[in-house]
Amino acid sequence: MSIIEVRDLNLYYGQHQALHNINMEIEANSITAFIGPSGCGKSTFLRTLNRMNDMIQGVRIDGSVKVVGEDIYESRVDVEILRKNIGMVFQQPNPFPKSIYENITFGPRLHGITDRNKLDEIVESSLKAAALWGEVKDVLKKPAYGLSGGQQQRLCIARALAVNPQILLMDEPTSALDPISTAKIEELLDELKTTYTIVIVTHNMQQAARISDKTAFFLNGELVEFDSTPVIFQNPCDKRTEDYITGRFG
Amino acid sequence: MIEITPLFPLSARGKGMFTLGRQEILTLNQEVRSKKSQIVVKNEKKNREFGIRTFLIACAFVSVLTTVGIVMVLLFETISFFKEVSLFSFLTDTKWTPLFIPQHFGILPLLSGSLLITLGACLVALPFGLMTAIYLSEYAHEKVRRTIKPILEVLAGVPTIVYGYFALTFVTPLIRSIFPDTGVFNALSASIVVGIMILPMVASLSEDAMVAVPRSLRDAAYALGATKLEVATKVVVPAGLSGIISSFVLACSRAIGETMIVTIAAGATPKLTLNPLESIQTMTSFIVQVSGGDIEHGSIEYSTIFAVGMTLFLLTLGINIIAQWITRRYKEEY
Ligand SMILES: Nc1ncnc2c1ncn2[C@@H]1O[C@H](COP(=O)(O)OP(=O)(O)O)[C@@H](O)[C@H]1O
Ligand SMILES: [Mg+2]
Repeated sequence: MSIIEVRDLNLYYGQHQALHNINMEIEANSITAFIGPSGCGKSTFLRTLNRMNDMIQGVRIDGSVKVVGEDIYESRVDVEILRKNIGMVFQQPNPFPKSIYENITFGPRLHGITDRNKLDEIVESSLKAAALWGEVKDVLKKPAYGLSGGQQQRLCIARALAVNPQILLMDEPTSALDPISTAKIEELLDELKTTYTIVIVTHNMQQAARISDKTAFFLNGELVEFDSTPVIFQNPCDKRTEDYITGRFG
Repeated sequence: MIEITPLFPLSARGKGMFTLGRQEILTLNQEVRSKKSQIVVKNEKKNREFGIRTFLIACAFVSVLTTVGIVMVLLFETISFFKEVSLFSFLTDTKWTPLFIPQHFGILPLLSGSLLITLGACLVALPFGLMTAIYLSEYAHEKVRRTIKPILEVLAGVPTIVYGYFALTFVTPLIRSIFPDTGVFNALSASIVVGIMILPMVASLSEDAMVAVPRSLRDAAYALGATKLEVATKVVVPAGLSGIISSFVLACSRAIGETMIVTIAAGATPKLTLNPLESIQTMTSFIVQVSGGDIEHGSIEYSTIFAVGMTLFLLTLGINIIAQWITRRYKEEY
């Protein structure tokens, strides 16, 4: 079953059209990777899925994005609830300048959970899900900025998981990390996909090939090809996809 | 930006490097040597750098010396004051009448006057200033922000005498139409207007602190389902707290030190009261009153100025120290 359905999506930054007529269906409990050269609209498209583009002035969108059958751009949609259900992890680790504990409980508190025991439970389960519990369980009250980059990024993943989303959007989550941290996060994603639907932007093609079930190749704001990952990497239909994955440009 | 010029020319790097001919190596050596002389030899720029540095240190020294001078004068005159008046009566006497017989030297009336004005002013300026800052940094469109910000900065530069007359001729009649018993000179009018005077400063400095909070922190909160208000109050304000508190402290210090508005609008009646509808006197307006009169140099009346000035100085210093402590305690580093 597809959990996200995008139909005829166009997006404009003022006069500039950044996305051209995108159609895509994303399966639940899978990892979908977006690849493509810098500036081709991967992040922009990812942000349309949880309406993070709303914050950017001058953005115009037409077409439809349906999540679990509901058009998320309809006026009756509560954006805050939408974003609670669709978590996001960014390129640069961006923990709040608060303690590790407060970082994780930030989201749950927003959504009305105040009970200490419940919060403690959430902290433990989110950190465990993000494979960080063992490293930080004794320093929960310490500032998150004391963690290493890779730990910070896993903290951000834990923070996103703490509000119990169904979908996790990740925009180049490992591009600022060293290879060991990257490997840890890739391993983590493989576990997370049993519970969550993951959409990940990456400009590292090996990463897409390693971890994703399906891969979408974007170029100049268009979705060139979208298919299962082995097909994209071994047997692409489109010449431009082939050129890109064989490293002929980008 | 520092530009790093490679010691080896491009052609000499990579593969080619190991297949250099004799001639090429010679020119290469030469180039390296000429680079070396550039690195080692002291040039004119260095001398100029040294001159500028000395000049700047001298400038810094002047302001330090001035401060030391001021504190010294304050200290000596204060000491001579306390040779005649006991510290105990200064701190506990509830009357301040140094210019009449019988003379009383209790600082409490002036202190309460100053604190009343400052408290009132802060009640006006801190919440409204903070709200203005939140509006400007989180809600306002870029265009609106760019128009309002300079206006705030201009407002912060209006001479206080203008505010003084605004208090006396506009705010006071307004208050008197609501509370008819209010005197022409009253603390309320003065404190409201002092609040209005410091509001732009609070708004502008707090806004600076909030705008400096990285966009990525806001995004993180939005992505968790936070509303604009939640982002502002739970992420931006805490992250910018040290800057916001500094703006509060600066504003408070200005309110305590404000002279013109209180002299014009609050009157000159040193009175130990918490009723803002009465006329009071602040420490600053007392200093104005005495400095303006013909008090004999070296008399006890004259040294009251310095005792009051010293109190003012210690008060502001105390506020600053407390604020620094608070800032350090609650600072969120990003
Ligand atoms: N906030 C913005 N305002 C205007 N144009 C933008 C903005 N963000 C991205 N763009 C433009 O949209 C296009 C796609 O950008 P982006 O989605 O960031 O690409 P990618 O993530 O694939 O590198 C680029 O041409 C970029 O310049
Ligand atoms: Mg991007």
